[in-house]
Formats: sequence, structure tokens, C-alpha cells
Amino acid sequence: MTTLAVVPKGAIETPVLEGRDLTKSFRVKRGSGLLARRSRLHAVDQVSVQLMAGAVSAVVGESGSGKTTVARLLARIVKPDTGEVLLDGHVVAGARSRRFAAQVQMVFQDPFSSLNPVHRVRHHLARPLQIHHTADGDVDEAVMQLLHRVALDPPARFADKFPHELSGGQRQRVAIARALAVRPRVLLADEPVSMLDVSIRLGVLNLLADLRDRERLAILYVTHDIASARYMADTIVVMYAGQLVEAAPSVGLTDSPAHPYTQLLLSAAPDPERLERPALAARGAPPSLLAPPPGCRFHPRCPHVMEICKRMAPPTVTVAPDHTAACWLHVDSGERVLDGAGMGPATSPSPQREAEVQRPP
Amino acid sequence: MSLPGASAMTSPGSLAAPGAAPDRGVDPVLEIRGLCVDYGFGDDAAHAVADCDLTLGRGRVLGLAGESGSGKSTLAMAAIRLLRSPGVITGGEVLFHPRPASDGEPATTLDLLAAGEQELRAIRWSEIAIVLQSALNALNPVSTIGAQFDELLATHRPGLGRASRRDRAGDLLELVGMTPDRLRSYPHEMSGGMRQRAMIAMALALDPQVMILDEPTTALDVVTQREILEELMGLRDRLGFAALFITHDLSLLVEFADDIAVMYAGRLMERAPAASLFRSPRLPYTYGLLHCFPPMHGERHRMDGIPGSPPDLRDLPPGCAFHPRCQWAIPRCRQDVPKLEPLTGSHREVACWLHRDNATAPPELMRPDPAVAQPRTAAVSDTSAERAV
Repeated sequence: MTTLAVVPKGAIETPVLEGRDLTKSFRVKRGSGLLARRSRLHAVDQVSVQLMAGAVSAVVGESGSGKTTVARLLARIVKPDTGEVLLDGHVVAGARSRRFAAQVQMVFQDPFSSLNPVHRVRHHLARPLQIHHTADGDVDEAVMQLLHRVALDPPARFADKFPHELSGGQRQRVAIARALAVRPRVLLADEPVSMLDVSIRLGVLNLLADLRDRERLAILYVTHDIASARYMADTIVVMYAGQLVEAAPSVGLTDSPAHPYTQLLLSAAPDPERLERPALAARGAPPSLLAPPPGCRFHPRCPHVMEICKRMAPPTVTVAPDHTAACWLHVDSGERVLDGAGMGPATSPSPQREAEVQRPP
Repeated sequence: MSLPGASAMTSPGSLAAPGAAPDRGVDPVLEIRGLCVDYGFGDDAAHAVADCDLTLGRGRVLGLAGESGSGKSTLAMAAIRLLRSPGVITGGEVLFHPRPASDGEPATTLDLLAAGEQELRAIRWSEIAIVLQSALNALNPVSTIGAQFDELLATHRPGLGRASRRDRAGDLLELVGMTPDRLRSYPHEMSGGMRQRAMIAMALALDPQVMILDEPTTALDVVTQREILEELMGLRDRLGFAALFITHDLSLLVEFADDIAVMYAGRLMERAPAASLFRSPRLPYTYGLLHCFPPMHGERHRMDGIPGSPPDLRDLPPGCAFHPRCQWAIPRCRQDVPKLEPLTGSHREVACWLHRDNATAPPELMRPDPAVAQPRTAAVSDTSAERAV
């Protein structure tokens, strides 16, 4: 139980689970009766995520940014419109199979509703053990081991409790133990601590970090709290209005954010260490996903907006090793020319372009 | 803009003697004394709020921090008599000091817990307004924002005509950064941040002296949260209301509150100026809580939070309710309940046996207080004296 070590990644290591160019839109009905109109809500647009064994990848974004949909797409609970999910480098096709579920498990936000109130802890853990035949014969012993792995000690005391007899943190540990019962290699944790009391959140995050280190699980950590992502994750991807805007090793991303939206998010996050209150670089709210703005979806709020941002979606640019951002500011002004409209401001600020991105130790 | 509240800003200056402690006791607007609230009756009752003393100074922002179930909302709701059954107020008094009348005559203090419905009606919303976590639940879903402003102003300001009520409602929306055309919108047509802004505008409509902010931004995104809190603090500076800001997010209070009180299991456990509480917590629980927020800078290192979980109010441990989770607990902590008492030589209070009598507090809880180390309090009162002149 040492510090949060970053697993060194070999360049050619295959991700355990990968989402490639995932796109998902939902049909929604607006209005009612004769005036009802059907439209499409573009929840996730061309998002690629890689989960490596023994690493935590965080997806950070505000509500409505599509981060939960990404987790559900990776879990194959929702089907993508286009794009594919790869397990060990192989495309997963067809319906969500038991074989896939045995590899990829989800932990949900609300431990008060994700456990059945009429069943004891033992039942919650024994069911997946029986269905997936992962108990090696002795289900009871396997239940005890699972409880021990999530630090619910002594296990015998917790096995016969009902969910309402447990605290929020203990319930979330049971939910994690249930996910572990099928011996998955990937955990998709969707806001696993946001419903928990502040004082017990770190305990659950540390448990996930320990599972990564001890059992080399690949973990997706979906959160709105960028500080906790920095604390626990190896890499962070930032989502805005359904798109990936920045991806980098977590310390590099929070210390030298390259995308104006990430910079805004970091300046808005509570930080008592700050000596004076930050000036928010941008105001307003994310756009409607029913009719997202053309070009870069952040351009209506962006303090550095240029003409090209309003017309063309930005390319994904590598700003430092392993650090990418989808922003025109990081494209050399000579290459921004598109149908003759590449006129940015004379002094286009290029935040942290030159800054050396700090790699985690 | 026709809000007359700006005058309230200067009023503490004339009362405060130079050199007096600027942060407490000088000019209270709301004083909670010995407040006790139970849920249920008899032996089964859970003591949700036990013997709490809290003073809100005029024009100041007092943060009230605590985890869910610590009693922070119950304390505020009971103090303004909005507590719902099965909550029962079993003791204490809550003194509301109205601002002095324009002719200098001191206004009469009112005990809200002893006040009748008539007296409460006169005070609610016009003197003490509240902003709740969920604006969607607080606003009427079937009428427009404009109609809700109209109803509010027609009830409390019967002298205003229809046109001036509409103008006033528009002014109020502009105050919180919205355009007056939003008066035609229904709550569901607005984003969460807009609804909360409209709620704040409505709370400010009658120029209250006290605002109760009960988790006002918890349901919002961080960017919207900061926008709204910055606006609120700007309005506080302009209009001079006092705010009781309830939240579970201690890191937010460090940035936005003047003073912070920390609650645990129904009791107030520590109260100090925000910077002092952050830099030099004296209570083990505060120390632990501050170490639950991972930093945004520097080396990453493992943090452990606070072991265990908050206690069940119906089955509190004897002595200090925090002792089972406290790494520094001494035998006395298991026997006697500590009371919130001033620490010698500072403007802060703490309820912890480690700081009493002959006990030695660990160095973690003895860090130098920034307010004492650099004579910052003197500097503050100097400026306030200057402002009064």
C-alpha cells in the first residue's frame, strides 16, 4: 500500500477494453400531441477510449457531457450507432453475452438503489458466483473472500446484513464485491463515490486503486470531480458536449491543461490552496445536444475563439507526449487555412503549448 | 435599481469600537442559543441538533459544514421555524435582531422560537429568505417566473402597482445576471443554473437581512457553481445581507465563507475564521475532513480520509461522538461530551478534550493560526474603522 504508482505503459501493449470512434444519439420527443417533434440528441460523438490492465482511466465532464453514456457503451448496455468495442483487440459483436459480462463489470453511482433491499449481502454476492460458476465449489467461502477483498472485515459480520443496515460506503463496497465476483478484468465505475459522504469517499477510491495495483484490473472512473480523478487516475480524458476535448496522463493534464475547456474546469473547481479567487475565463452553460453548434462545440464560450473554430471541428493535436487536445489553438496558424477563412486574432494565445508536460513519477 | 440595502453595509462600523474583534459578537443579526431538535419523542428520539450556539454577524457569511445527517439543515430549518414533523424543537432560543430603524431607534429583538404565526409571517422572506438545493422543487412548475414574482410582491408589497411590480421583478433578474424576458419562462424551460439564479433573485426580492443558503449549488456543475457563488458574494457586498451557507463541501467554504462552523452528529464542534480553520484546524474531525479533498497541485500521495463512518443518531457512542473515528482519542473522550468553548488567545471555539486542561494536543492540531501569527485581525478592524470614517 504505497503511493499511487503509475504503471509504465509499453508502447505496444494491447488495451484490455477499447472503444473506437463511439457515436451514440438518442431519439427524443419534444412537445406533445400534434405539436410533438422528434429529434436526435447527440450524446456521444466519435469518442475513443482505451483501458489498460493495471491502470485507471478517468472520464471527466459536467453533467450532460456524455460521460455516463461512454461507460454504458463500453459495457455494451447501450449499442453504439457507429464505432466498435474491442476486448483484447478483438471486435465484440452481437448481443451482450455472458462471456463479455464475465470480463467487463459495472459499478453504479447510487449504492442505495443498485442493491436489492429484500436480499442479504450474501445473496447479492452468491448469485453472480453461481451464475458464472466462479466459486470453485464453495460459494460460501467465495463470498467471504469477496468481502475480505473489499475490506469489509470481518466478512462473517457483513454477509448476513441487509443493505439498509449498511452505510453508504459499505454498500458501495458490496456493489464492488458483486462486480468482482465474476472475476472481471475491467471495472467500469460510474461516479462511484459522488453519493457518498465526503469522509468515506477516499476509502472507496483507495479500494479501487488497490484493486488496480494488486489485481491489475483495468478501471474506468467516470466523475465530475477533476481533483479525485487527478488523485486516483493514471490518465484523464475530458469530455465536453459529447466529445473528447483532451486526453493526457492525469498530473500532466491538471498541471498544464491544453484545452480552454479543461482550463475553465480547473479554474472553477474548489481549491482552498489558491491564494486568491480565480477569474473564470468563460461563462455560460454547455450547448444543447439536440442542435450542437457547428465547428468546435466549445466555441460559443471559448475566450480564445477564432473564426475557424466557428466553422470547422478542430483536429486532435498532440501537444506533448501522450497529451492530445482537440483545439485549433494548437494547430500552427499556417495550417489553419481552410477555404480562405483562417484568420485568427493576431496574438492567438497558445496556452501551455511550450510548457513541458510533467509526467507522473 | 431600487434596493435600499446598501446602507446596511456601513452600519457595523459605527458600532464597532476600533480594535474590537471584527468577526464575532459585535453586531449579530441572528443568534442561536442552546438549540435542541429531536426527531421523535421519548427514549427513541434521535437528537438531531444538540445544544447548539451559533451567531451570525450582520453582513457576514457563516459557513456550516458537515456530512449528511450531521444536523446542519435541521439546525437552520429549526432556527427559522420551518422544521417539519417529526422534528421537534425541544429547547433553546433564536434571537433575530432587525436592523435599526431609520431614526436610529434600536429595533426590538425577536425570539423566533417564541414568536407567534403573525410575527413569523412578518419576518419570513422579508427579513429571512432561504435558497434550497433544488430550485426545481422550490419553484411552482405551472406558473411563469414572472407570475411567481408578481404574487410575491403583491403579497408583501401591497402598495406597488402591477407595472412597478413587473419592473422590480425585471430589476431583480438583472441583479443575478438574467435578462428580464425570462419572466415569461416556466421553470422547466430554464437550465438548473438559471432556476437557481431565479430562486436567488426571488429571495432578494424583499431585501432580506439574512439569507439561508442550504446547499445552493450542490446540484450544479462546477463552472455554474462558481459563477453563482461569485454573484452571491458580490450581492452580499452591495446589499449587505448576512448568509448562513450550508454545505458538505468544506473546500468550497474555505473560499467563500468568512467564518466556518463544523457540525458532527448534531453538535457544533469547531468554529473559526475560514483561513484559520483551513490552515490550523484544532478539531481532529476538521483535520480529517480537510484531508478528504485531494489537492489539485503537487505530488500525489495516498490520503486515507477518515476511518469508519458517521454514527447513527439513535445510537450515539458515549462521550465525544467522534471518538471511535479519532486517532488521538484520550480516555476522557469516551466518557464526557465536550462543549464548544473558546480557545484561549484566539477568536475561535472548539469542542475537544485535547485542547482542555492538561491534555496535550498533537502537533497536527497545534499549527500556528494565521489570524494570530500575523496580527491580521488588527489590520481588518483598522480598515473597517477607516471605512466608517
